[in-house]
Amino acid sequence: MRCDDLGDVLAATADGSVSLDDAARRHVERCLRCQAELVQYRKLLRTLRTLRTEVLEPAPGLLAEILANVEAAGERHAVRSLLSGRRVAYLGGLAAATAAGAGAAIVIATRSKRARLPLAG
Amino acid sequence: MVVPHGSDPPMPADLADLVALAKEGDHQAFEELVRRTYSDSYTLALRLTGDEDDARDVVQESYLRAYRGLKRFRGDAQFTTWLYRITANCASNQLRRRARHRHEELDEELGPVVDASHDPAALADVADLRSRVEGALEELPPRLRAVVVLRDIYDLSHEAIAAELGISESAAKVRLHRARRKLRAQVFPGRGDDQDEESAHAV
Ligand SMILES: [Zn+2]
Repeated sequence: MRCDDLGDVLAATADGSVSLDDAARRHVERCLRCQAELVQYRKLLRTLRTLRTEVLEPAPGLLAEILANVEAAGERHAVRSLLSGRRVAYLGGLAAATAAGAGAAIVIATRSKRARLPLAG
Repeated sequence: MVVPHGSDPPMPADLADLVALAKEGDHQAFEELVRRTYSDSYTLALRLTGDEDDARDVVQESYLRAYRGLKRFRGDAQFTTWLYRITANCASNQLRRRARHRHEELDEELGPVVDASHDPAALADVADLRSRVEGALEELPPRLRAVVVLRDIYDLSHEAIAAELGISESAAKVRLHRARRKLRAQVFPGRGDDQDEESAHAV
């Protein structure tokens, strides 16, 4: 067995999830190069694990954007529930949605307009 | 739905309690979940995509999917693990979409080799090791990077990784080992030169 045969094996065993078979173990026990490689893999994996607690801060505004999108999705869902699956004309939809909040009605109105633009053009 | 402002009850400290409230339709509980997890989700998305704009898109999409799919979240896994899986899936889709537009994203080259003339003292420095590992991660091709980020940083199972990336479990393992080999070669240059024939082992 040569070092080159062990490339993937060392990469796989470094995390302890797989153990070396007997032939590989006999080689590594006598091979300083493979032992050094294993040490490097261990260092690499330990370092990767420390990245887990690192937070890369997003540019400002992301939280507000997410919350606005989720809110809009929630309102759309609420309005759809109000319409209870019936295919109501958008005018009727607007009337029903007014009860749930004018914001939701606007969301539907602008979305439908945008969706129809390509057909008109 | 009228939500009174100014009289919000205090939010529970535990993510699992927030999840339970959000599942019952408590919108503010879901918002609190977003507040507590979005930096973390963004970090994962950025590590997976390597691009700030893509990461923002991925995070947006992830929370919309989490919001819509929350009823299907059974609570047998951690909420964050569930969210990581959604983020991984969205990032994978994003990279696929982008690869169609920018073919260089599929580039399988090892990338620029790190300067091997390191000061031994600096090599021993943990912070330096960390920044070299991060640099090496960025050099990895996205599909190798995804697997090693999800497995070795975020501790997702091979099964979960395979499912979210749309590949087999054995392919996930092969990619993981390739990614680790490339990282090791990049982070510890000048030792164990068996990495040179890497390009012969296309996954
Ligand atoms: Zn050896």
